[in-house]
Amino acid sequence: MKKLLILLLILSTPVFAVEPDEILDDPVLEERAREISTELRCLVCRNENIDESNSGLARDLRLLVRERLVEGDSDEETIQYIVDRYNEYVLLKPRFTGSNILLWLSGPLLMLLGGVLALAFVRGKTRETQVEALSEDEENRLNALLNK
Amino acid sequence: MIAEIGHAAVILALLFAIVQAIVPMIGAQKGWANWMQLAVPTAIIQFVLVLISFSALTYAFVVSDFSLQLVAANSHSDKPMLYKITGVWGNHEGSLLLWNLILVLFGAMVAMFGRNLPPALKARVLSVQAMIGVAFLLFLLFTSNPFIRLENPPFNGNGLNPMLQDPGLAFHPPFLYLGYVGLSMAFSFAIAALIEGRVDAAWARWVRPWTLMAWMFLTLGIALGSWWAYYELGWGGWWFWDPVENSSFMPWLVATALLHSAIVVEKRDTLKAWTVLLAILAFSFSLIGTFIVRSGVLTSVHAFANDPKRGMFILVILAIAIGGGLTLYALRANQLKSNAVFSTLSRESGLVLNNLLLSVAAAVVFIGTIWPLVTEMFLDRKISVGAPFFDAAFTPFMVVIAMVLPIGSILSWKRAKIRKTMQPLWGVMALSVALGAFVWSQDTGGRMLAPIGLTLAAWVVLGAMADLGSRAKIFKVSARETLRRLRNLPRSDWGKAVAHAGFGLLIFGISAITAWEIEDIRAVEIGAPYSVGGYEFTLNSIGEFDGPNYIAVRGEVAVTKGNQSFFLYPEKRNFIVEGTPTTEAAINSTLSRDVYIVIGDRQPDGKWTVRTYIKPFVAWIWLGIIITSLGGLISLTDRRYRVAAPSRKTTRAAAVPAE
Repeated sequence: MKKLLILLLILSTPVFAVEPDEILDDPVLEERAREISTELRCLVCRNENIDESNSGLARDLRLLVRERLVEGDSDEETIQYIVDRYNEYVLLKPRFTGSNILLWLSGPLLMLLGGVLALAFVRGKTRETQVEALSEDEENRLNALLNK
Repeated sequence: MIAEIGHAAVILALLFAIVQAIVPMIGAQKGWANWMQLAVPTAIIQFVLVLISFSALTYAFVVSDFSLQLVAANSHSDKPMLYKITGVWGNHEGSLLLWNLILVLFGAMVAMFGRNLPPALKARVLSVQAMIGVAFLLFLLFTSNPFIRLENPPFNGNGLNPMLQDPGLAFHPPFLYLGYVGLSMAFSFAIAALIEGRVDAAWARWVRPWTLMAWMFLTLGIALGSWWAYYELGWGGWWFWDPVENSSFMPWLVATALLHSAIVVEKRDTLKAWTVLLAILAFSFSLIGTFIVRSGVLTSVHAFANDPKRGMFILVILAIAIGGGLTLYALRANQLKSNAVFSTLSRESGLVLNNLLLSVAAAVVFIGTIWPLVTEMFLDRKISVGAPFFDAAFTPFMVVIAMVLPIGSILSWKRAKIRKTMQPLWGVMALSVALGAFVWSQDTGGRMLAPIGLTLAAWVVLGAMADLGSRAKIFKVSARETLRRLRNLPRSDWGKAVAHAGFGLLIFGISAITAWEIEDIRAVEIGAPYSVGGYEFTLNSIGEFDGPNYIAVRGEVAVTKGNQSFFLYPEKRNFIVEGTPTTEAAINSTLSRDVYIVIGDRQPDGKWTVRTYIKPFVAWIWLGIIITSLGGLISLTDRRYRVAAPSRKTTRAAAVPAE
C-alpha cells in the first residue's frame, strides 16, 4: 500500500528541467540550444529561464528551440521565432530598442555623469590648495598692522 | 492568554515609541536635559516589550497553539522543533515582528552603550529611530497582526512551505534583517546630524561601527540565501538576479560605499554631505527591499505575501522616510562643507572612485529591477529583465573595481606619488598576469573568462597582502621587525586587508565555476556506471526513506576517482502535510570542487533521470564572502571603537552653533 502511495507521489511530481530525451545528438547544436534557453523566460514561472524550469511549458519551449535549430535556423532566427509567438516578454535579455536603450545605457550614462561630478569635486579640492593673493583691502590692513 | 500578553506588549511598545519620537526631539531642540534623557528608558522598555511579544508568538508556535490564525496557517504539530521556532519568521506577520524586534534592539543598544554620545545627538538619534519604530509597529498592528485568534481553531495547522524547512533558509531572514534594520542606525544618525547641521570626524566614528555591523550581517544574510539556493533549488546556481535577491543586494552595495566614505569623513573630515546622503540611501534601499518583498509588486520566487493593503502601507512609510530624509538633506546639506584639501592622486580620490563605481552599480541593479514595472505602467510595454542583462550591465563595474582596488587602497592620504604607490604592486601585477597567462595557455577551450577572472582575483588577493607587507616594511627591515610591525598594525588595517582578500577569493570562485563547470544529464540504469569529468558514478539503488514529516525517494550513488571514493544520497522529498515535493541535491564538497548530484524522475523504461555536476572551486564563493565579513568583524574590534575616545573637540562645538 505504502509503495503504491509513494509511486503515486513520484508520478505526480513535476517533471525535471532539461530531460535526457530532449538532448540533441549534435553537441554543438545542443550547446547552442542551452545558451538560447538561458535567455528565454519560462512564462508561467517567477523569474526562471526555460533551461532551469521544470514546468511543462518550459519543456515545450525547449523542444521548440531545438526543433528550430535542427531545422537550420540561426540563434537569432530561433529567438525571433519564439518572440513572434510569445511577445518580447519572453526575453530575459531585453532588446536594445526603443525605451530599452535607456535601460542599457543607464550604467554608462550614470558613470559619465557621476564621473564628471566626482572629477569636479576632486578638482575643487585640489584648487583650494592654491592660496589666493590678498586683496587690496587686506594688503592695506596688513601694512597698517605691520607698520604700527 | 499568552498571545494576548504579546498583543498588548506590542500596543504598549507603540505608545512608548510615540513618546520617544516626540519628547527627546523637543528636548534636544530646547536644550532640556531631562526631556532628552527620557529616550534611554523608553528605548530599553520598548525592547523589553517587543521581546515579550516575540517570545509570546514563539511560545504559540512551540506549543502549536492553533487558535492563533498565524500558527494554524503556517505550522503543524508534526513539524520538527527547529522549524516550529524558525516558522515564527517564516511568514509575513512573524517576520515583521522580528523586523521590529531587531529595530528596537538596535535602539536599546544605542541607549545603553552610547554613553559617550553628546546628549543632544543621542536624543535625536533615538527619536528618529522611534519614528521608524512607530511606522513599523503601526504597520504590524493594522495590516499584519500576528496575534489574531480564530473562533474555531482547526485540529491541526497547514504546515510550513517545505522550501523554508531548511537550516540555510531558516537563518537567512534574521541575518538579512539585522543588516536591513542595522542600516536604520546609519539613517537615524544621518537625520540627527542634518537636524543639528553638523557632521564631523566624531560623528563618522560613531556611525561607522553600526554600519559595519549592519553590513556584516547583510553580507552573511545574502551569502546564506545564495548558499541555500545552491543546494536546494536543484541545479546549483548561486545567484539568479531575482528581484528579491536584488532588493537585498542594492542596500549592500550602498552600505559598502557608505563604509568607505565614512572612513574619509573620519580621517579627513571631507565627503560629509555625500556620506550623509549614502546613509539615507542605504536605509532607503532597505525599505525599498522590504517593499518589494512584502508587497509582491515584482513577482518572484520568494514573494509569499501578496496583499495590496500592505503594499500601500509600506509605500507610505517609504515616501515619508525617503522623501522626508531627502528633503531635509536638500535643506541642510550645504551646511556640511569642509575645507580639507587633497590632490587628484590620493586615498581620498581613490575612495571617491570606489563610491562612484559602487553607487552606479547599485543604480544599475535598481533600474534593472524596476524597469519592467516602469515600462508596463508608463509605456504599456511588457518586458522582462533577467540575469543576462545584469550579467552584461553590472559585471563591468565589478571588474573595474577589482582593477583599481589594490592601487586605491595603498594610496597615501592627501597627496600620493605614483611611483611610491606602485612600487610594492609591480611584483603583484606581474605575478597575477603570469597566472592569468598560464591559465590561458592551459585552457584549450579558449574562453577568456577564466584567465581574466583569475588575474583579477590574484591581483586583489596579493594586492591586499602587499598592502600589509608594505605597511610592515617587509624586505626593508629584519624579518623580526616586520613581524613586530605586522602585529602592531591597527586592527582596521588587518580588517581592510582581510575583507579585500575575501573579495578577491570570491572573484576566483565565481570565475572558476562560470568557466569550468561540467554538467551531465542522462537517464541512468541502476547498476550501470557512467563517467563525468574523470569521476565514475554508479547508481547503486533507489529506496524509500521516511523523514520526520516527509517521505523521500533516495538514491545511493557510488563515486570513484583514482583512489578516492564516496557515496552520495540524492533525495526527492514529498512533504505530507503541504503536499509539495522538493529536491535535495547530494553534494560532496571540497575546496577544489563540489560533486553535485540531483535525482529526477523514473523513466518508463525503468531508468532514472540523474543530473551530475562537477563544480570546480565553488566553495570559494561562500568562503570569500565569509572572509570578507570576517574582515568587517576584525575592523569592528579596532582600538578606536573600543576605547570610545570620540569626544567632540570643544572648540569646534563652540564655533559652530547647533541650530
